[in-house]
Amino acid sequence: MKLIFERSVPGRSTTIFPECDVPEINLPESFLRADKPDLPEVSETDLSRHYQELSKQVYGVCDGFYPLGSCTMKYNPSVNEEAAALPGFTGLHPLQPAETVQGAMEVLRLSEKYLCELTGMDEMTFEPAAGAHGEFTGLLLIKKYHELRGDVARTKILVPDSAHGTNPASASMAGFEVVNIPSAPDGGVDLEALAAAAGPDTAGLMLTNPNTLGIFDRNILKITEIVHNAGGLCYYDGANLNAIVGNARPGDMGFDVVHLNMHKTFSTPHGGGGPGAGAVGAKGDMAKYLPGEHVVEKADGTLAFERKEQSIGRIRSYYGNFLVQVKALAYILMLGGDGLRDASRNAVLNANYLRVQLAPYCKVATEGICMHEFVLDLAEIKARTGISAMDIAKSMLDHGMHAPTMYFPLIVHEALMFEPTETESKETLDEAAAIVIELLKMADTDPETLHNAPCHTPISRPDEVKAARTPVLTWKRA
Amino acid sequence: MTFPKNLKYTDTHEWLEELEDGHVRIGITDYAQDQLGDLVYVNLPEEGDEVVEYESFADVESIKAISEVISPVNGTVVAINEKLTDTPEAINDTPYEAWFIEVSDAEVPDDLMDADEYQAFVESKE
Repeated sequence: MKLIFERSVPGRSTTIFPECDVPEINLPESFLRADKPDLPEVSETDLSRHYQELSKQVYGVCDGFYPLGSCTMKYNPSVNEEAAALPGFTGLHPLQPAETVQGAMEVLRLSEKYLCELTGMDEMTFEPAAGAHGEFTGLLLIKKYHELRGDVARTKILVPDSAHGTNPASASMAGFEVVNIPSAPDGGVDLEALAAAAGPDTAGLMLTNPNTLGIFDRNILKITEIVHNAGGLCYYDGANLNAIVGNARPGDMGFDVVHLNMHKTFSTPHGGGGPGAGAVGAKGDMAKYLPGEHVVEKADGTLAFERKEQSIGRIRSYYGNFLVQVKALAYILMLGGDGLRDASRNAVLNANYLRVQLAPYCKVATEGICMHEFVLDLAEIKARTGISAMDIAKSMLDHGMHAPTMYFPLIVHEALMFEPTETESKETLDEAAAIVIELLKMADTDPETLHNAPCHTPISRPDEVKAARTPVLTWKRA
Repeated sequence: MTFPKNLKYTDTHEWLEELEDGHVRIGITDYAQDQLGDLVYVNLPEEGDEVVEYESFADVESIKAISEVISPVNGTVVAINEKLTDTPEAINDTPYEAWFIEVSDAEVPDDLMDADEYQAFVESKE
């Protein structure tokens, strides 16, 4: 399709200005640019058609199966959007006096109450703009805790090798040194390696449970005990809370700080459909350092903002991405405690249903029951047939499905990571399983077709190596 | 997959070549480049930087992931292979010619593998 710049015709515009009814002022020459900016000039019709065409190239959860592991591409209920679009929320200014925004403050207070109940934390902040921002915030809380105790030798954060890349990145960003902890053969944390690494220089551990292999770490209580005994704190990466919410709580597993990805567990839109929200919860002393303004109830029953004396300070302007939190709260209220519990159980059931269907045709990276996602290991298939995880993923596109996550986690070399989520039906899972099984069989019978896929998408197979080595990131008029 | 006899190897898949002038050159092995896939970017240290045994001195980025390159020795970087910055594919094409850095004053540890040991190590991972 054409770029918007290629639809441009000089002088065409979308705007009809009313006649000027105020005196015209000419800016001084020194403030004027010499050349006009090279912006596209199109009519409103052209503009609408351009975006309509773009929208048809998009694939979303409303188009079909989207098993992008670790990303939790669950359906986002429309009622969330309706709630967030209420004029009482959209018409607010962040600097309005508290007595005029009691309803919005009630959203934050209720969100905090429910999310603390679900995670086993004492208090929560809604400032972080997304999950990784939440990680960074949580690590600053850990840093503050050690600093206030004069325990300044604690400079290291332990991160398992199955972690999301954001964990070591956030730890570095917060000024810590990262120590990689290897996984045990069952996919969980290697306890001996953890015990050897934990010591007087350990500030804390970052852990995702269930982890990126879709395994709930059975040693979780031992893990947090080892870290606590060494004087460190435990950070729960909430990336996979959607597998356990309503059934188990990070606070009960021994975690001191958590972040939540509202888009994963609480059905707010992803990435481009964002923005994100990455609330951070803390337990005990740690809650004293939470950033920003905290909603508290006054004696007369009204709500007020309060800043904590020992707060780490602001980590974002105002109250975070507030409307995203409205959507998450709408979801929580709609499902209720029982509904949230059933949603995570269904997510686990769906993943296992798909896993059991695919397991006879491809090795699964871990043995036994998985949680909300599982990882296929195509190393043996690649060695035998030359068909890689990439080839299977690309072929799935031709069948009207989104691909699973590829080549992650890094500890599985030819990884395809499936996360069907709770919002898929048995029929969809059966259909997807039949297609993936067919493709896995084709690795032996018709590898050529798999190598050439996809053939039915707007773009076939881009040259990823060339794109990475010599990226062209800007359009220039020919 | 090749395992040149004149080199020494680490269990993190770097090779080390001892030059006649006492310097050593360090790169990544054929197995490493094969596992990483097409490399698209290399981040090298600067001349004069110190490298520390078991610590990362460079990053390589493939279309799959970014990985650290670990130094088998302590020493000072006296030369870097700047060519790799523009042509990281050289590491895929000729991994044993595509050295990353040259290090002086390096004491080569005894526990590095020779070609046969490293080949057996790689085959045990297959």
